[in-house]
Amino acid sequence: MAPGDLQRDANQSRLTPTIFALATGAPPTAIAIVRISGPATLALLTRLTGRALPPPRRLSRRTLRDPTTDDAIDTALVAVFPAPASVTGDDVAELHLHGGLAVVAAALAMLRRAGAIPAAAGAFTRRAFDNGKLDLGQVEALADLIAAETDGQRRAALGRTGTELAHHVDRWRTVLTDIRADIEATLDFAEDDDVAARPFDVADERLCALAGELRTIRAQTERGGRLRDGVTVAIVGPVNAGKSTLLNALARRDVALVSPLPGTTRDAIEVRVDLGGVLVTIVDTAGVRDTSDVLEVAGIRRGQLRAEQADIVVALGSTAFPNAIHVVSKSDRTSEGAGWRGGALHLSATTGDGIDLLESHLAARVSELTALGEPAFIAAQWQQAALDGAIASIETAQHISVAALVAEELRRTSLELERLIGRVSSATLLDHVFARFCIGK
Amino acid sequence: MLTFDVIVIGGGHAGCEAAAAAARTGARVALVTRSTDDLGVLSCNPAIGGLGKGHLVREIDALDGLLGRVGDAAALHFRLLNRSKGPAVQGPRAQVDRKRYRAAMLEAIAAEPRIAVIVADVVGFAAGSKTAIDTSTGPIGAGAVVVTAGTFLAGTLHHGRTITAGGRAGSAPAGALARAIAGLGLPRGRFKTGTPPRLDGRTIDWAGVDLQPGDAVPTYLSDATLPSERAMLPCGVTRTTPATHRIVRDHLDETPTYGGDFAGPGPRYCPSLEDKVVRFGDRDGHNIFLEPEGYDDATVYPNGISTALPPSVQAELLTTIPGLERAVIRQSGYAVEYDYVDPRALTPALMVRGRPGLFLAGQINGTTGYEEAAGQGIVAGINAARFAAGQSPVILDRATSYLGVMIDDLTHLGVSEPYRMFTSRAEYRLSLRIDNAADRLTPIGLACGVIGSARSARFAARTAALTEARARVAALSATPAALARAGIEVNQDGVARSAEAWLAHPAVDWPVATRLWPELCATPPDIADVVATDAHYGLYLSRQAIEIANFRADETLALADGICFDTIAGLSPEMVERLTAAQPTTFGAAVRVAGVTPGALSALLAHVRSAT
Repeated sequence: MAPGDLQRDANQSRLTPTIFALATGAPPTAIAIVRISGPATLALLTRLTGRALPPPRRLSRRTLRDPTTDDAIDTALVAVFPAPASVTGDDVAELHLHGGLAVVAAALAMLRRAGAIPAAAGAFTRRAFDNGKLDLGQVEALADLIAAETDGQRRAALGRTGTELAHHVDRWRTVLTDIRADIEATLDFAEDDDVAARPFDVADERLCALAGELRTIRAQTERGGRLRDGVTVAIVGPVNAGKSTLLNALARRDVALVSPLPGTTRDAIEVRVDLGGVLVTIVDTAGVRDTSDVLEVAGIRRGQLRAEQADIVVALGSTAFPNAIHVVSKSDRTSEGAGWRGGALHLSATTGDGIDLLESHLAARVSELTALGEPAFIAAQWQQAALDGAIASIETAQHISVAALVAEELRRTSLELERLIGRVSSATLLDHVFARFCIGK
Repeated sequence: MLTFDVIVIGGGHAGCEAAAAAARTGARVALVTRSTDDLGVLSCNPAIGGLGKGHLVREIDALDGLLGRVGDAAALHFRLLNRSKGPAVQGPRAQVDRKRYRAAMLEAIAAEPRIAVIVADVVGFAAGSKTAIDTSTGPIGAGAVVVTAGTFLAGTLHHGRTITAGGRAGSAPAGALARAIAGLGLPRGRFKTGTPPRLDGRTIDWAGVDLQPGDAVPTYLSDATLPSERAMLPCGVTRTTPATHRIVRDHLDETPTYGGDFAGPGPRYCPSLEDKVVRFGDRDGHNIFLEPEGYDDATVYPNGISTALPPSVQAELLTTIPGLERAVIRQSGYAVEYDYVDPRALTPALMVRGRPGLFLAGQINGTTGYEEAAGQGIVAGINAARFAAGQSPVILDRATSYLGVMIDDLTHLGVSEPYRMFTSRAEYRLSLRIDNAADRLTPIGLACGVIGSARSARFAARTAALTEARARVAALSATPAALARAGIEVNQDGVARSAEAWLAHPAVDWPVATRLWPELCATPPDIADVVATDAHYGLYLSRQAIEIANFRADETLALADGICFDTIAGLSPEMVERLTAAQPTTFGAAVRVAGVTPGALSALLAHVRSAT
């Protein structure tokens, strides 16, 4: 008997995630088609349209709304292809959107928030394969093709992100292995003083440095990612400089507010706004001041990290950030009023005077940044997903104190780094086998 | 000729467990040992369980094995290790009374009417049959044979530079058996291990050492153990000093390791005192745990100073250790060097490839530790009985258990030093816990008939209670405001959540949950452990479930027995060579073979899909 059989049959359907991807080229395009596949597809579509499902395999006009905010995203044509008569054999839906940057970015972000998972390279083909949609001849043809191309593809993939990436990844893996070994030693040698296990510290400088490097690489290689994730603006400055007021002013004024997210940590408040057609996340960081409070120091440190990661920094009443947009608030208390003076923008968040100047300046900076977006938006997505996964797992690891969970997050980081350089490991094998296919195929 | 379904050679941890498991499935078993005095002997320290090892004990217990219950019956000190580090990495450990342990093991074997204990020396495999043996008292026939020869294959004992043949102090090596195994032509290697001197506890100055009591509320090795009133004993803790290290350094060339007698590597994880001094030269001391060997036995096992220094030097270095200045040695420490069989010669059922019906289990496969040996014993015993009955083997995979992780590591990766279990070897560690060992393994045990009626009834009750408790935590709910009123700080987002969801919050543990929902108070503690931990790790467990589903999908693609890789289109000669050497039994195992390319795997996948 095979002991796994019992659990597997019961779990398989529950465990198959619902995936989505943009099936057409990089926006802007006339029409952008997003394909969704998996067991939750039909329920998801019902939630997004707020209406009953359209008849199968027929294009129908529907307004798509973000279920968390009820904001309209687009009026689109949608079609459903119930299982098994679909390209993957699962329930499939297609959203035919207007192909603008903001619409596509918002639709993809909405699907993510609704619980669907961005498809990894080849994921649609993998589904079709698992559901018996490809016959043996096709599978063998794929195998031959992959046998010939895998290595070349890996090199090509690495080449696209800079020839030094493989070298970097090897070094990162070594660093990560060291850190993981330290953590594992604290778990596996609890009482044995003969193992030089130093207690793991979430502020481990090796881990911080590693996360920083990964973020840098992501920034260098995936400008196109800004279209998907939007641009991040961090508001920094001393305590009580009026950062929250400024944030609220930007958010309140903006009728195209996409989604106010309640603070995910106690250190930062985020709002998402639409600025010139690009999704912009504005982050209010913890105020900077001299303090000996350990928690506050940690909060400030994370605020600084967030500012380092941000695409644009707005510095309020502080000159500590050289490349920032410098803002002096509370102009309503002076006689001169709002305007640019001495390299700084004077405004009043309370009265709203000068907020439009800040907004137009931000919009210009944002469009500058997104104009650099690479056309290889889709092709690099699987690598971006791996990098994102690696960074996210490290960041999570830095915020938890339970060593066994830190170890689990960093195990995940290792898997993502393996994925990044096309190395095969057991769990990701078939994904690699099919990784040569364009997403959404 | 005497005939049985299964012959088990050797009565150590692997042998006893194998014999008992085979017998529980209904097989008639011959347990062949050189002396009944050898059954249930603890060759090394008097303790069962620990980190990683405690998981193995619980899993053996979940298959109704002996190690946990015998350990509990003999225990004189319990301790749950890693208590503060989260449920996934906690391991129970018991210090045991050696004599009680032996007596309880003998009793457990005697209680199994289908086991015949045969006292004899094994002479060799019988001519003309692959599963019959010749012994000093005559031939024995069977449908399957399990060899658990421990460190007795070509074993040599080293006291300083003095070398004698043997596998344990006072026991001769298994010469004829070693020759018979050698005759099979299996790949072999050589390892060493060692033990510390045993001390007379009456000569230890207990006032000069720290005392470490066991846990006030014991965590038992077996979930069948009922609380007992037996008084528990403390362990002592002391430390080596720079003077100790000086003596070791002065006499290094008198040890087998540094004198040049040893060829094989020893366990890095359990180094001898001389290895510690050489490798960690900067340290001014190493802990020594003084473990009592029994209630009516004054012998003390000083864990941490395993050594093969000459006996006179051992006595000298004790004088430099606080509390042991006047300690008298009852038996000197020594090292053992022995042969092991490369476990890659085995299938995941622990059967020798190309030798149907012959199984190997325990230290002979390159492992170290009682728990590792017993774990292989139970799997080999079950599979030997199934082989004898013409049934397919039971394979435990890496996602079911530490047993599965260990056997997969051994049979696919082999060993380069004595293999010891660690929690970090298990990639699905958060899912493989001591609290859910029964839920993971008892159903498998029931399916293959290795679970006795008492455990079977208990498991049915447990499953019902678990189902009920899971339903209850899913149904009960509370608002953040209700938690705040109970004095628990959570984010006031106004969203009511189920008890299960709140249990994932760091501020809500089970005791807090029972305050919020008094209905939960009636939940038995072992059930509460599983429910609370599953909720606590919830996010991670659902991620791992997806990973495990992918892993299992690969594992279920079986490769035909004796598959000819050179007939598969698209495999390069190098890939054929690698795969042929590793003999993976599933597609998933092929994925883990070092150096196999994605291209080769896709060709293999196409082949497997076309074959089914």
